[in-house]
Amino acid sequence: MDILKFLTAGSVDDGKSTLIGRLLYDSESILADQLEALHRSNRKNDDGSIDLAILTDGLKAEREQGITIDVAYKYFQTDKRKFIIADTPGHIQYTRNMVTGASNANLAIILIDARKGVIEQTIRHSFLVALLGLPQVVVCINKMDMVDYSEEVFDKIVSDYKTLAAKVGLKNVNYIPVSALKGDNIVYPSLNINWYRGDSLLHFLENVDIEVDDSTAHARFPVQWVIRPQTEDLHDYRGYAGRVSSGSFKVNDKVTVLPSGFSSTIDKIELLDEEPEEAFAGMSVTIHLKDEIDISRGDVLVNSQYQPEVSQLIEADLCWMDTRALDTSLTYFVQHNSKVTRCRIQETLYKVNINTLEKEYNGEFKLNDIGRIVIKTAEPLAFDLYQNNKANGGAIIIDSRTNVTVGALMLRGVVE
Amino acid sequence: MKHQLDYLDELEAEAIYILREVAGQFEKPALLFSGGKDSITLVHLAEKAFRPGKFPFPLVHIDTGHNFIETIEYRDAMVKRLGEKLIVGHVQDSIDQGKVVEQKGKNASRNALQTVTLLDTIAKHQFDACIGGARRDEEKARAKERIFSVRDEFGQWDPKRQRPELWNIFNGKIHKGENVRVFPISNWTELDVWNYIRREKIELPSIYFAHKREVITRNGQLMAASPFLNMDAEDIIESRNVRFRTVGDMTCTAAVESYAYHIDDIIEEISASKISERGARMDDKVSEAAMEDRKKGGYF
Repeated sequence: MDILKFLTAGSVDDGKSTLIGRLLYDSESILADQLEALHRSNRKNDDGSIDLAILTDGLKAEREQGITIDVAYKYFQTDKRKFIIADTPGHIQYTRNMVTGASNANLAIILIDARKGVIEQTIRHSFLVALLGLPQVVVCINKMDMVDYSEEVFDKIVSDYKTLAAKVGLKNVNYIPVSALKGDNIVYPSLNINWYRGDSLLHFLENVDIEVDDSTAHARFPVQWVIRPQTEDLHDYRGYAGRVSSGSFKVNDKVTVLPSGFSSTIDKIELLDEEPEEAFAGMSVTIHLKDEIDISRGDVLVNSQYQPEVSQLIEADLCWMDTRALDTSLTYFVQHNSKVTRCRIQETLYKVNINTLEKEYNGEFKLNDIGRIVIKTAEPLAFDLYQNNKANGGAIIIDSRTNVTVGALMLRGVVE
Repeated sequence: MKHQLDYLDELEAEAIYILREVAGQFEKPALLFSGGKDSITLVHLAEKAFRPGKFPFPLVHIDTGHNFIETIEYRDAMVKRLGEKLIVGHVQDSIDQGKVVEQKGKNASRNALQTVTLLDTIAKHQFDACIGGARRDEEKARAKERIFSVRDEFGQWDPKRQRPELWNIFNGKIHKGENVRVFPISNWTELDVWNYIRREKIELPSIYFAHKREVITRNGQLMAASPFLNMDAEDIIESRNVRFRTVGDMTCTAAVESYAYHIDDIIEEISASKISERGARMDDKVSEAAMEDRKKGGYF
């Protein structure tokens, strides 16, 4: 059984919280005392049924306002799969939250209110999902009960969305007509819709293929920690501990350490008492090399034949996440996996108006702004282009004054 | 050939990754050990992360003095086997020093007092990161918790100022006096923990399994009759077959009626469960926002 992590993009009014609540409720993932709290609450729907949205509200402030203000993680599983939901707010002022939630998702559910169709928010959410490179999208056209379950309405929205998907570069898009309130096509097939022959949402989620990048070409191993017991019997033991971020490594593979450029061969791969022949993406192991090279945390082991980019001048997409605007005269920190080094934003190329998708020039990067910049780093980063390898193409910017994470970077290319 | 990790392997690998990030990023980390199944799982994961080297952190137990004896025995045996360092902070010391006042009344427990002892222990040893076994599925306020949760010097947690966690990049940079709480098993559910324990054949304190115990009924729940619990003539002691689903102190952990002697039975019981894990914790019931308030006050 594997894990599917998915993002839910929509707003309060689209019924997103109700959709998630319905998924949890109908898949019987709610435990009895949580159900009890649900029934006890005085928040009800207009028809008197319990407000399932309560299941996803977490913090006091939200419960009072009725709006979510952070990324909330919800867990459920069926006998097919374990699911992790990253629920993020839909309002534009929480763009940074959605970028965060999307960064670890394999799939996005984009919610559309059937009465409204494709709106500005849909454009924004779709743009973000494409920017973050999510490989699968499910467009749930919700509140079908309020448009008399009309096939015509559904088809029109699908057609409009296809245009948008092409514009932002989304492939692998699926469309499901649902009613989270009534339960149509969320877990159980709808009795009210006979013109739709596709999967219910849960059935789709249980069966969708999750991409795994295990190609040798993308073999990347950021070193986190060096294990050196230096005891009598393990005097020479030197293991490089980390997690294979992408690709796969085998014993006897020729590897290069970056950014230094020294090479060696894999002698042994360890995971506690086991010694697997191969380690692939996602596995946390300890790697031993045949040669004694100077390697420390922050270095990356890669397959010698397929090396990533190594550069100090990088073009990247940036999502600014701080209330203080980006200051191009300031020195920040950049963290790329286990590597941290100083940096400066050398140039801002353009911003993207994420509601209209138009480029804007000559503007400051303020909270939630997204655009293209050039970053200069004190030490070189060994990275892959984000669109080719997400695990080795993302980085964060840290404000050295506050230590807060202020930006998300998707590395797009080397600047000569 | 497709290499898809089984979900337990994926969760395990993620937790090991997080533990190693702590080792790499912090000067003086610590692993908070409570004797409960989540912290026991963390210790097992630490072995996978760091062996054959030593743990780059000590185990820290905040001892309320109201523990189940089985928990203390387990702790001591485990530390001996591991050969690692154990630091114990005693809530009794905080009480004796006048830093906290013992609660009175029938529902008194030392749970809230732990925070003071915890903060004092952190300050005394200057720990900059504390690893704990909290999970996001446990309770509503934890659903939003980061994996690296930055606390100020008072251990306080401001939900509005947590750092975004993108990809697998964890920003643990802090100023002097600040502290980070790290939760490597954030994405594990209660069932995941039990399935992992079963798979790895991890030994647990016996109280997790069904046994006969003298209990009283308090607020509709079964509480172990112990010298720490404030009982009066109204409380009738009976002998029942119970197990503990979560292990806090004797004064705040409710037992459930059970005949699950074996881990397979427990897993079956949980899968069909009527009460969520923390529903048995009296300390969460106090108010709806109980956990959130305690976290703001520096609790785990």
